[in-house]
Amino acid sequence: MLFKRIWKARSGYLFILPKYVFFTMFVLIPIVWSIFVSFQEYRVFGTEWVGLRNFQDVLYDDLFWTAVGNTLRYAVVVMPSSVLIALTLASLINPLKRGAQTFFRASFYLPTVASSVVIAMVWRWIFQTRFGLANYFLSLFGVDSVNWLHSSAWALKSVIIMAVLTPPGMGIILYLAAMASIPESLYEAATIDGANRFMQWWKITLPLLKPTTLYLMIVSTIGSFQVFDQVMLMTQGGPGYATTTIVHRIYNVAFRDFQFGYAGAMSMFLFVAIITLAIIQSKVLSSDVEYKG
Amino acid sequence: MKKLRASYIGMGFVYLILITAAVISLIPLYWVFTTSIQQPEEVQIMPPRFIPSVISRYLPLQLTGERESAKVLVDGALESYRLLFRSTRIARWFTNSLIISLSATAGILLFDSMAAFSFAKKRFPGRDILFWIMVGTMTIPGQVLLVPLFIVVRELGVVNTPWAILLPQLSMVFGVFLLRQFMMTVPNELIEAARIDGAGEFGIYWRVMLPLSKPGLATLGILTFTSSWNSFLWPLIAVQKSEWFTLPVGLKTLQDQNLVNYGLLMSGAAVAAVPMIIIFLSFQKYFVKGLTLGGVKG
Repeated sequence: MLFKRIWKARSGYLFILPKYVFFTMFVLIPIVWSIFVSFQEYRVFGTEWVGLRNFQDVLYDDLFWTAVGNTLRYAVVVMPSSVLIALTLASLINPLKRGAQTFFRASFYLPTVASSVVIAMVWRWIFQTRFGLANYFLSLFGVDSVNWLHSSAWALKSVIIMAVLTPPGMGIILYLAAMASIPESLYEAATIDGANRFMQWWKITLPLLKPTTLYLMIVSTIGSFQVFDQVMLMTQGGPGYATTTIVHRIYNVAFRDFQFGYAGAMSMFLFVAIITLAIIQSKVLSSDVEYKG
Repeated sequence: MKKLRASYIGMGFVYLILITAAVISLIPLYWVFTTSIQQPEEVQIMPPRFIPSVISRYLPLQLTGERESAKVLVDGALESYRLLFRSTRIARWFTNSLIISLSATAGILLFDSMAAFSFAKKRFPGRDILFWIMVGTMTIPGQVLLVPLFIVVRELGVVNTPWAILLPQLSMVFGVFLLRQFMMTVPNELIEAARIDGAGEFGIYWRVMLPLSKPGLATLGILTFTSSWNSFLWPLIAVQKSEWFTLPVGLKTLQDQNLVNYGLLMSGAAVAAVPMIIIFLSFQKYFVKGLTLGGVKG
């Protein structure tokens, strides 16, 4: 009976077949395999099951915890600042005329479009100690040169500064779209009630943007936990291990030391961390009292 | 009157903040292009030269009849690019990036629209489960799967070939999700009408669904092309031979070998950035649409 139904609907399967082949090969199989990999040790001659040893090793690996620390320090600054900057800039752009809106939206999104590799390369040049723009800028205020990328005190801060100063293009666009969908009548009613612009923003706009804020917080947390390109191009994780991040560590362990099992175990930790944070964020934020318009 | 003035000051303040932010946002890209056309000797100087001399001095030299000096100036401005194209395989990397990104875009558009059509408009046992399995994996960040993905690609025997970069990109799920939302809005009557006119399943897909989802296809195509063009970590892992590097990976090795030749590095960065900037400026509305459709709704 089921076979008959499946046979009758075969064209439905045929249409999804090509996509599902790729999806199975490069998403489903890797997902299943990622579990196996982390319980194994890869050797030149065959692999060996090692049970939980990889996970145990990760827990006692100082370098891993250094990477976790760096990633956390990055995420703690970059996640809130990117959401806040997106909210501020979008709120300022929203009341402007169409042409001005388009102009600013484009200016803020352009760095996102140019690849992260390009942006990281030019920031490495901007942070150059003797001839870089950053130190030139400081010198205008009589501040001494900073050894940005080659001192362990500043290297991670430099990467963070770059991330903060690169506008959150996606966030701005999403906030603007969400603001455009808020009905004008809400503001008109508030004006009649004598609420000023700031009160309207605080009482109407902000609460109605909550789904967007939540989404951006989650996306940006996930993004900052995966930071790699910038670190790879600006500092290679150095000096020493001052800027090594979790994904950078996974990359090095897997593709330079070829310890696949160990890298797989680290990936599992990263995955659990990301999912846990996403769940906590959505729980905390959606438990707030809903605004009733 | 007083109120009017206050609002002007307020507006001026808003513009001041926005313009400052826009300058900060655009300075890095401006600096890429400026550095790339500076004379080799004016790249590393203090204070930095914000307007490269080829721009500030070319016209005056022409007007005063010093044609020779003007020509030397232009020559010097192109020096980084000349070195880039002569001493590196940038043209090859550019071609690799172009072919891979175009193939990824074509493949994604074809396979995703087929799957989206089926998920949106067809009935078959297991349809919803198969769809939610796909969408469910969207929450798993790609970086977590690097190691097993590499093992799969190695088993396929395509490491160090462009296939290793291209094929995994075709597994991205986002497009199925996006196009399905588009196609669900196509009225079933249209499909029925086409069926009565004797169209087969493929005819319905090709002649009815595809033309009606053009905006969705354009959005997805542009997003796929840019993300493929800019992807870095996976191509870095998948390919170690410089003949198959994509631009971002090529730029990284360029930087490893020329740590301090910033003119050269910035000309390479410019070559990678220009196509993206052109695409963005010509198709801005599709970027906006793609982001808002991909994000949350309500």
